[in-house]
Amino acid sequence: MEFLGIGILTWITFLPVVGIVLVLMIPKYQRDTMRWTSLGITAVQLFLSLILLSAFDKGMAGINSEAGMQFVEKASWIDVQSVAWFGRVHIEYFLGIDGISVTMVLLTALISLVAVISSWTIDKSVKGYFAMLLLLNTGMMGVFVSLDFFLFYLFWEIMLLPMYFLIGIWGGPRREYAAIKFFLYTLFGSVLMLLAMIALYFSTTALVGPDGLSITITEAAKSGLEGLEKVYTFNMLAMMDPASYEPGSLLAGAHTTWRYVAYVALFIGFAIKVPTFPFHTWLPDAHVEAPTPISVILAGVLLKMGAYGMLRISFPMFPDAMTEYAWMLALVGVISMIYGALVAMAQTDFKKLIAYSSISHMGVVILGMASMNTQGITGAVFQMFNHGTITAMLFLIVGVIYDRSHTRGLNEFGGLMTKMPKYAAVMTVAFFAALGLPGLSGFISEAFSLLGAFQTFRTLTIIAAVTIVLTAAYMLWVLQRVFLGTLPEKWNNLTDMDGREMVMLVPLAIIVIFLGIYPSPVLDLMNSSINHLAEILHHSATAGMVGAN
Amino acid sequence: MMTTQLVAMAVFLPLAGFLINGLAGRKLKSELLIGAIGSGTIGLSFVIALILFTGMLGTPVADRTTIVTLFPWIEAGALSTSFAYQIDQLSILMMLIVTGVGFLIHIYSIGYMHGDPSFWRFFAYLNLFIFAMLNLILADNFLLMFLGWEGVGLCSYLLIGFWYDRRFEKGSTGDAAKKAFIVNRIGDVGFLIAMFLIFTTFGSLDFVSVFPQAAAFPVGHEVMTWITLALFLGATGKSAQIPLFVWLPDAMAGPTPVSALIHAATMVTAGVYMVARCSILFALAPTTMMIVAVIGAATALMAATVGLVQNDIKKVLAYSTVSQLGYMFLALGVGAFAAGLFHVMTHAFFKALLFLGAGSVIHAMHEEQDIQKMGGLKSALPVTGRTFLIGAIAIAGIPPLSGFFSKDEILWKTFSGGYWPLWIIGFVGAGLTAFYMFRLYALTFEGTKRWEGEKHPHESPLTMTIPLIVLAVLSVVGGLIGIPESLGGGNTIEHFLAPVFGPAELAMRLHATHGGIEYLLMISSVLMAAAGITLAWKWYRTASNQPVRFAERFAGLYRVLLNKWFVDEMYETAVIRPTVRGSEKLLWKGIDVHVIDWTVNRLGTFAQWVSRTVRVVQTGVTQNYAFVFVAGVLLIIGWILSA
Repeated sequence: MEFLGIGILTWITFLPVVGIVLVLMIPKYQRDTMRWTSLGITAVQLFLSLILLSAFDKGMAGINSEAGMQFVEKASWIDVQSVAWFGRVHIEYFLGIDGISVTMVLLTALISLVAVISSWTIDKSVKGYFAMLLLLNTGMMGVFVSLDFFLFYLFWEIMLLPMYFLIGIWGGPRREYAAIKFFLYTLFGSVLMLLAMIALYFSTTALVGPDGLSITITEAAKSGLEGLEKVYTFNMLAMMDPASYEPGSLLAGAHTTWRYVAYVALFIGFAIKVPTFPFHTWLPDAHVEAPTPISVILAGVLLKMGAYGMLRISFPMFPDAMTEYAWMLALVGVISMIYGALVAMAQTDFKKLIAYSSISHMGVVILGMASMNTQGITGAVFQMFNHGTITAMLFLIVGVIYDRSHTRGLNEFGGLMTKMPKYAAVMTVAFFAALGLPGLSGFISEAFSLLGAFQTFRTLTIIAAVTIVLTAAYMLWVLQRVFLGTLPEKWNNLTDMDGREMVMLVPLAIIVIFLGIYPSPVLDLMNSSINHLAEILHHSATAGMVGAN
Repeated sequence: MMTTQLVAMAVFLPLAGFLINGLAGRKLKSELLIGAIGSGTIGLSFVIALILFTGMLGTPVADRTTIVTLFPWIEAGALSTSFAYQIDQLSILMMLIVTGVGFLIHIYSIGYMHGDPSFWRFFAYLNLFIFAMLNLILADNFLLMFLGWEGVGLCSYLLIGFWYDRRFEKGSTGDAAKKAFIVNRIGDVGFLIAMFLIFTTFGSLDFVSVFPQAAAFPVGHEVMTWITLALFLGATGKSAQIPLFVWLPDAMAGPTPVSALIHAATMVTAGVYMVARCSILFALAPTTMMIVAVIGAATALMAATVGLVQNDIKKVLAYSTVSQLGYMFLALGVGAFAAGLFHVMTHAFFKALLFLGAGSVIHAMHEEQDIQKMGGLKSALPVTGRTFLIGAIAIAGIPPLSGFFSKDEILWKTFSGGYWPLWIIGFVGAGLTAFYMFRLYALTFEGTKRWEGEKHPHESPLTMTIPLIVLAVLSVVGGLIGIPESLGGGNTIEHFLAPVFGPAELAMRLHATHGGIEYLLMISSVLMAAAGITLAWKWYRTASNQPVRFAERFAGLYRVLLNKWFVDEMYETAVIRPTVRGSEKLLWKGIDVHVIDWTVNRLGTFAQWVSRTVRVVQTGVTQNYAFVFVAGVLLIIGWILSA
C-alpha cells in the first residue's frame, strides 16, 4: 500500500519527522499552532494506522517468513563492497509487520495522540518539547516495523535521546538524577544488545541478488534462485532461519554456550526495558520525574519494547536457548509480578505506586510469554496492548489530580467522590481494569497469560495468582484514599475533569470496556502469527528449528 | 426463538437500568423516576423469569434445559466461550429468587433511600448488581460465571462503601468495602485456578462439555479433588465460610437494603449455587465433600455463637446469615444438594424480611442500631414488629413456617447419611439460632423503651411495609413446596431439581431413606428451637439480670464471643501487618533502595570517576555520555564502512 509512491509504513513512521520540521518552522510565540500541528500529525498517523488495520490480512502469519509479512518495504540502504576482511556490507531499509507488530503500531499511534492532547499544559519551551515528542514517536514506530536488525537498533537508540531530554528538561525536581539513571540503565542494555547483534551479524548470511535485495537461503532455495552473492546480513528473517547460519560461526548450531550467552545478553537488554526485577529501579524515578504525557508514553509504549524485542528477536532467533531458559523467564515474570505489587502497596506517592504496578503488570507479560504456548503468548501480547491503554489512563488520572492540587501524596486526598464524579467514574473503570475485573480488557489478557503459563509451570503460576489479591489490595487502597472518607477542606474548590481531559480519557475507557466484552478484534489480529511462533518454539524443542513456511 | 429474546431481555434490562441511572441519573432529579427505572427493569426481569418458569413446567422433564447463545466472547486457540445462558431447573429457581426478592428490595429502597443525595447512584449500583448476579447464575460456562462472580463482588464493594464519608466501627465504610473485595479475591484465586485445572483437564469451560466428561471419571480421582477444593475456596469467599467469612459482618456498613439483597438473600448464596451447579464434580471428590460438610457445620456453629452476644441489630443478622450459609454447605457436603437449594430459597425470604425489618427499625430510630437502646417498638412499628416476628419464627424452625422444612431436611439428610457428629452440631446450632433471634426480637420490640432523648419512632411508608408483608407471606408459605414425604408432602422442590442433581447422586450412590427416626429428629429439633425461644423470651422480654450474671460467670467465653473469636485480630497480626510492613521496610526501602539503587548509584559514581580520570568528560553530566555514546556508535559504523 502506497501513498505518493511511498509505503504506508514509512508514512506512519516518518510522518512525525515531517511534524518536527513544521514545528521548528513555526515562530516561537505561536505555541498553540505548534500544539495543533503536533495534534494534526499524530491524528493523521492514527488514521493511517487504522487504514493499515483495515487492510491487514489476519490469515498471514509472518514471524520468520517474508512472504507472511505485510506492507513490506525493502530497499538497499548501505551497500559497500569489500570492507576490510569481512567483505561486502549490506544493510537494508526493511520494514514489514505481522500480527504481533500490528497491535503495537496501533497502540503507539493511539498513545502518541493521547500524549499530545495531554501535552497541552506544557508551557516550557514548547517548540523543543514537541520536536522531541515527535522524534520519540518516530523511534517507537520504527522499532515496531523494522525487520532489519541494524535498523531496529538504530530506532531503538533514537528513542533514547528524546526520552532523556524530555525527562531531564521538562521533568520534576529530581529530573536530572532520574534522566541519568534512565540513560545509564538503558545504555547498559543497549550495549549488550549491540554485542548480540554483532555476533548475529557475523554468524548469519543471506543472498543478495542483482536488485540489491537480500533473500534468506531457504527462500532462495525454494524459489530456485541461483548465483546470488552470499553476504553477512542484518536481515532479521535470515537470523531466524537455521540455514542462514555459517558453519563454524560463533552462533551456529543449537544449544551451544555462545548461543546461550547471546540469548542472555539480549534478555538482559530487553529485561531492562520491560523492566523486570532486578533491573527495574530506573522506572519509578523516571515516572515520578517525567511530565504526565511522557509517563503516558513511557508506560504505554516504551515498556512494551522489551517484551516486543523478546518476541521478535529472542524467541525466533534463539528458540533453543529460549526453551532451555523458559523457566528462568517465568521465574523473573513471577518475581516481578509479586515484588512489584508488594512494593506498590508501600507507596504513598500516587505516581510511584502506578509505576510499581506497571512492573507487576509487565511481569504478567513475561510469564505469559514464557509459557511458549498459544494461549500464554496471546495473553502476553494482548496484555501488552491492554497495559498500554490501562496504564496510560492511570498516569493521565494522576496528571489530572496533580494539575489541580500540585501534589501526588495519596494521604492528602479523600472524599472526592461527589466533588469530581466524572473523574471518579473514569478512575473506577481504570482501576478495576488494572486489577483484572472480568468484563474489562485487563482480565482477559491476564487470564490468558496465566492459563497458558499454568500448562507449562503449574506451581509458579499458582504462586503468581497471589498477585491478583495483592493488586486488588493496593488498587482499592488508592481508590479509598482518593475518593472515600471525608473531603479535606483545602480541596473544596477542586473542579471535575474538563473537556480536554475527557477527550483523552473517555475513549481509552471505552476501548478498555469494549475489549473486555468483545476482545476478538484484537485477538484475531495476532492469532495466526502467535500460532506460528508457538509452533516454531515447539518444533525447536522437539525436532530442531523449523524453516519459513 | 422466543426464549432467546426473553433471556436476553431479562439479563440486559437491569444493565439498561444501570446505564440510564448511572449516566443520566444525576440529571433526572426525580426520585420517583429513578426508582421506577431501577425497580421497573428488575420487575420486568422477574416477569420474564415467571414466563420462562411456567414455560418450563409445561415442558417434559427431559427437555427442560435450554441453552441460549447470544454472542461469542473469547476465542483463542482451543478456548472458546460465549455470552451464553443455560436455563434449567436450578438456574430458573435462582433467577426467580434473585429477581423476585430483588424487585421487592428495589421497591423498599425507594422509601428507604428517600432524600439521599446519591439516590441515583444507589439504584444504578443495585441494577448493575442484578445484571452481574443474573450472569453468575445463568452462565453456561465457568468464564461467564466468573464474570458474574466478580461483577457481584464489584457491586458489593461499591454498595458497602456507598456512604463513603461515614465512619463504621473503628474505621470507615471504605475499609469495610475494601476488606470485602480483597477477602473475596482470595476466594477468586481459587476459582481461577479451578478454571485453569478444568480447562487443562477437559479442554473446555462450557458446562455441557465439562460435566458429562467428568461423569466418566472414577470417584476420588485426584484431579477432581483439586478442582473441587479450589472451587470451594472460591465458595468460602463469596459465601462467607470459615476461613474467609470475616468480610460479611463488616459488609453491614452498607445501606440496609444492600445488606438484605446482596449480603443475605442473593449474592452470598452464590457459593452454594456454584457448588450445586458443579455437583457432579464434587460428588466425585469425597474428600472435598467431607471438607465442605465439616466447614459448613463449623461455620454454622461458630457464627451462631457470635450472634448470641452482639448488640448491633444488623450484626446479629449478619452472623445469622453466616451461620445459615453454613447449614447450606452442610447440606451440600452430605450430598443433599436439593435441600441446600431449598434452604437458599427459604433463607432468601426470611432473611431479606428480617434485614428489611431491621432497616425499618433503623429508619424509625434515626440510624440507631444498638438494640440495647431500643425496646418496646412493636406498638410504634406494628407492621415491622409483626413481620419481624414471623421472620424470627421462620428462621428458628417452628413448623409450619418455611425455615422448619428446609432446615429439617438438611438435618435429616445429615443424620441419615451417617454424619451424626455433624448432625449434633447442626442440632445445637438450631437451638442457638432460635435463642439469638428471639433475643433480638425481644430486645427490639418487646419490653419498654430504653433510649434517651427525643425520638418518636413511627411506622415506615408503604413502599417499605408492603415488601415486608409480601416477604412475610413468603416466609410462611415458602416451605410448602418442600414438605417431606414423611409428613405427607410431595417434596416438590426436590423432585423439580432432581434431574440437575441426578448424575451427582448416582455417583454418590445416595438413596432416599425414611423411617421412624425421622419423626423423632423432627420433634427434637422443634423442641430445641422452642427451648431457645423460651429462654430468650424469659431473659430479654422484660429486663432481667440473668444474661449479665451468665456473662459474668463465663467472662472469658463471653469476651471471646463478643470479639468474634478474635479472628480479625489474628488476620491483622499474622497476615496484613507483616505484608504491609514487609513491603515497605524489607522490599522497598531494603532491596529497592539499599541494594539495587545503591549498586546502580555506585556504578554511576564509578563511571563518573572513570570519566574524570581519563578526562574525556570533565563534568560527569549525562549529556556528555550521550554524546560520547552516539559518537562511539558512529565511529564503529564508520570503522566498519571505511576500514
